[in-house]
Amino acid sequence: MGIGHSISARVKWLMMPFSRHFCRPKKLHQRGILGMNKRNHSYIGRYNDRSKYPLVDDKLKTKFIAQRAGATVPELIGVIRSQVHVPEIHQMVSDWGGFVIKPAQGSGGKGILVITHHKDGRYFKASGAELNQQDVERHITNTLAGLFSLGGKNDVAVVENLIEFNDNFVDFSYEGVPDIRVIVFQGYPIMAMMRCSTASSDGKANLHQGAVGVGLDIATGKAVRAVQHNQPISHHPDTRRALNTLVIPDWQQLLLLAASAWEMTGLGYIGADMVLDKTKGPMVLELNARPGLAIQTANGCGLLPRLQKVEALKAQGAAHATAEERVAWCLQAFAT
Amino acid sequence: MINRLPFYLFVAALVVIGLALSLYRHSVYGVPWLPGESRAQWEVEARIAFDATGDPVKASMAAPNSQQGFILINESTSSQGYGVALQENEGKRSAQWAIRSAEGKQLIYYKARFLVDPDAEYTIYPPRIPTPHVFEELRQTAAQALLSEAFKQSAGNLTLTREIIRQLNDPKNQNAALLLNSINREDAIVSLLSMRKIPARIVASLKLEDGRRRQVIRPMVQVWDANKLRWQLFNPISGAEGKPSNLLIWSHDYHSLLDVVGGRQSAISFSMIAQDISPQQATREKIEAEDLLNFSIHSLPVEEQAMFKTIMLIPVGALLVVFLRIIVGLKTSGTFMPVLIAVAFVQTQLLTGIIGFLLIVGTGLMIRSYLSRLNLLLVARISAVIIAVILIISVFTVIAYRIGLLEGLSITFFPMIILSWTIERMSILWEEEGAKEVFIQGGGSLLTAILVYLAMTSELVRHLTFNFVGLQLMILALILMLGNYTGYRLSELRRFKPLADR
Ligand SMILES: Nc1ncnc2c1ncn2[C@@H]1O[C@H](COP(=O)(O)OP(=O)(O)O)[C@@H](O)[C@H]1O
Ligand SMILES: [Mg+2]
Repeated sequence: MGIGHSISARVKWLMMPFSRHFCRPKKLHQRGILGMNKRNHSYIGRYNDRSKYPLVDDKLKTKFIAQRAGATVPELIGVIRSQVHVPEIHQMVSDWGGFVIKPAQGSGGKGILVITHHKDGRYFKASGAELNQQDVERHITNTLAGLFSLGGKNDVAVVENLIEFNDNFVDFSYEGVPDIRVIVFQGYPIMAMMRCSTASSDGKANLHQGAVGVGLDIATGKAVRAVQHNQPISHHPDTRRALNTLVIPDWQQLLLLAASAWEMTGLGYIGADMVLDKTKGPMVLELNARPGLAIQTANGCGLLPRLQKVEALKAQGAAHATAEERVAWCLQAFAT
Repeated sequence: MINRLPFYLFVAALVVIGLALSLYRHSVYGVPWLPGESRAQWEVEARIAFDATGDPVKASMAAPNSQQGFILINESTSSQGYGVALQENEGKRSAQWAIRSAEGKQLIYYKARFLVDPDAEYTIYPPRIPTPHVFEELRQTAAQALLSEAFKQSAGNLTLTREIIRQLNDPKNQNAALLLNSINREDAIVSLLSMRKIPARIVASLKLEDGRRRQVIRPMVQVWDANKLRWQLFNPISGAEGKPSNLLIWSHDYHSLLDVVGGRQSAISFSMIAQDISPQQATREKIEAEDLLNFSIHSLPVEEQAMFKTIMLIPVGALLVVFLRIIVGLKTSGTFMPVLIAVAFVQTQLLTGIIGFLLIVGTGLMIRSYLSRLNLLLVARISAVIIAVILIISVFTVIAYRIGLLEGLSITFFPMIILSWTIERMSILWEEEGAKEVFIQGGGSLLTAILVYLAMTSELVRHLTFNFVGLQLMILALILMLGNYTGYRLSELRRFKPLADR
């Protein structure tokens, strides 16, 4: 018995650091967690037609198709396409209060400059940091050179109106507009979360940079759970606001808008980034053909069961022709 | 859903064909599954290149013979339109090519195959007593002084040689410096020995290293051992005595290795490759030419074969990268950049390679952070980084050379353009995601490169990939299967652990 015992004890001892940091695949499977390989292979690869990627990889194109489909989008102030036009930015924004400059083909919050107000050639960020005219011009030059864009390709700078976010969200986000990410699968909004920026995420709503992700109940738009750095939290780290009190107003309308992204793009598996404007209501900020997996952590549940439910529905031949019907079905099917 | 059956059939077919090819090579050609302790055979190829002037051409090359440690099994030449003759007299062998007229660039290949055999038998031709060499005045005195000094401390031919090399190597020895001023070390040794009527000669030698291309001949000195009645080999530079087992003597006359009449700019270089085919199979190999199934890379000239020895390793590297990304979930900067780095490591050796990589990327990042303050356009910035990388590499090479770190010279093997992109990408990553992400991805790339390097330099892997081409099909099948893996990555087991524990 001696040897057998000592070996198994040793194996256990060797495995201990492993089991402290890693979990078993079976457990993840039981929870229906979608992994990167399965996402790429079974969903993005299968449902997203590559020829349609340019529609969503270019924010300008997304804006146009969304507008054509009747969706509200942040107003376009202008586009700067080449270096010679860079100095025109000051003239361009002179009649607008706040504005945002972003690369048309950026992602993950890269290269987004949010100016909340400006006066006599002095520009101010939400944090109060001041920029002069050269700073703004340099940012656009970098954007045009492709510094922030996929594969470093040359790009254009999109200048759009600043979104004044809904008062309900005051104190849920620190120095940045919170956005709502909805995963839309074949036109069905199956999971959602709100991303709130924090001081450590530097005003950007990127979860891996330290933003807070709040999982949202599909049926009601109420918070179910919140995480930062993969760990559950109850209060916003900077504003101390209790995160479980978050409720998204105009929830159904927002889901409707998200669901219509399927008709706009023809892409089967997308992440729609939505914002709630104070006066204009829900808007489409951008669409994503390769949405991340962190939404599962924020909601505390896996995407797989929901994806499979929709797949099963489709396999039965059930046809929900309109976005309204699809949203209505989701409100029932995915209530938590 | 699409039917996956044809896919799986295809993968199965790849595996079956791959296995069949491998089994065929094993059973019919006798290629062992594992690399042998010592190489059974060497194939050495000389490549003669010259520009013909339009006149009749006669080329003659000294050819090797059986010798201590090696038995010459067969030889062949390939040369378009040339008449070939192999000659032998008094142990001196040579291959001769002739043609009425030729113009433009000419290529002639000569291939010899040797069996490794420590008890190889060969004939020794005793030397004639040499006529003493006479230097011109001043040097003659120096030579005599050096010789008598060396003679005092010696007891025979071999010890005298040893002592001469030692004196020639002594930087403070004035006589030696004077002699080496006008002639080569090996010539000096032979001339000095001739003054004591000791037979010695300069031979042309080749260091056998598996898969090497464009190797050059190195001169070695052989001194007649009057007691044992055989030639003893000396390395004229280091003074090392005796013939290393991986040293092949190509010809006994270093100075008449190649002679081309009717051509200009003649050059000769050598490629070599080790094979593990057992001796019994050597004869059967001859049918190889007619054999369709074996119309494989093994029928190519040795130079190309040697190149394939490296190329055939790339799929193994690719497989490793696929595995590390799909199964482990390791983040690297640039998907196949680590494979290229690993190929560079093979040339530089691991430790030098890692140090070189860190030096280049580290310095590059510093320079790049300055460039980013200059606010340049992207293409100009990358080009500036490329030039900076080239400058870094040259500076480090010069420094390494100056402080005598000869390993440092191999830093030039790094793929510069790839490194520049790596630096650019890492520096953007640094600005946007912070230093931590740079270390994660940089570390991931380096780790992948090291693992790929270890696989590529493993004797077993080299043996299998080169000798069993069928294995490539199996690697392809494996990669195709991995492309279908939809399970969790190891990194996800960690990332989603909080979810599983809920
Ligand atoms: N018009 C805008 N007004 C205010 N904030 C904005 C605006 N556009 C973008 N942002 C902020 O920038 C973040 C990222 O913008 P998004 O368009 O989704 O680009 P990305 O593709 O980089 O994620 C948003 O979550 C929001 O916080
Ligand atoms: Mg976004």
